[in-house]
Amino acid sequence: MGPILFCVFAVLLISSALGVIVNRSPVRSALSLVVTLFLLAVIFLFLDAQLVAALQVVVYAGAIMVLFLFVIMLLNVQEDRQIMTRLGMRAGAAIIGALFLLGAIRLLIHAPSAAGGGMTGATPAGFGSTERLAEVLFTRYLLPFEVTSVLLLVAIIGAVVLAKRSLE
Amino acid sequence: MTTVPIDWYLILGAVLFTIGVLGVLVRRNIIIIFMSIEIMLNAVNLVFVALARQLHSMDGQVVVFFVMTVAAAEAAVGLAIIIAAFRNRQTLNADELSLLRW
Repeated sequence: MGPILFCVFAVLLISSALGVIVNRSPVRSALSLVVTLFLLAVIFLFLDAQLVAALQVVVYAGAIMVLFLFVIMLLNVQEDRQIMTRLGMRAGAAIIGALFLLGAIRLLIHAPSAAGGGMTGATPAGFGSTERLAEVLFTRYLLPFEVTSVLLLVAIIGAVVLAKRSLE
Repeated sequence: MTTVPIDWYLILGAVLFTIGVLGVLVRRNIIIIFMSIEIMLNAVNLVFVALARQLHSMDGQVVVFFVMTVAAAEAAVGLAIIIAAFRNRQTLNADELSLLRW
């Protein structure tokens, strides 16, 4: 991914992510989040992660965001009158954000990878394909994969129990 | 074609994560807070994919796969909690949902 292309996508990504937290209407926030997820999927493609990019679109931008929009519209959420309700919150948030960002970037600057240079050379053939990912997933990560199925089962039961009108 | 260094991706991930943290801190609408958490998860996913590409290792992409699964489970349960809370309290303001606050 060339520098110009990267900068274009980075600016789009950051502005759409900011759109999620500055929009007063929750529906607009959710749509902004869909744009963010799609842009991330494109970046994943540039990073040789085809399957992850496809999953990002199908699972995140598709399933999870539909769930969000469904809940927003089901609850008929009103627009927030103002984003920041308390006095001094703006300044506090700015300070915390700046500190957090500085800390993260400072950590990165001291990371060994910061020695410079571009990305490492071309990846081996088939890198990021379904085949390669499945190979690793079903050998080294087999136990976590099985635990994931239990997690999903628990989530389904939990969602059903919570959504029931009364517990008896 | 020249490629950008890995650090650019890591810094982009840090910026996205910070936006998510700010969303959680600043917004009081519980659904927006939830979406900010999704932004944070995705920032971490970006870092994982970038490092997987850098190290030529599929492990990072497998972790992203697991993060997506957990995010799906979290969204299902979280939104069910939001619906239950809204049904009982008629509000989505996190400041008013203080039943569990000590």
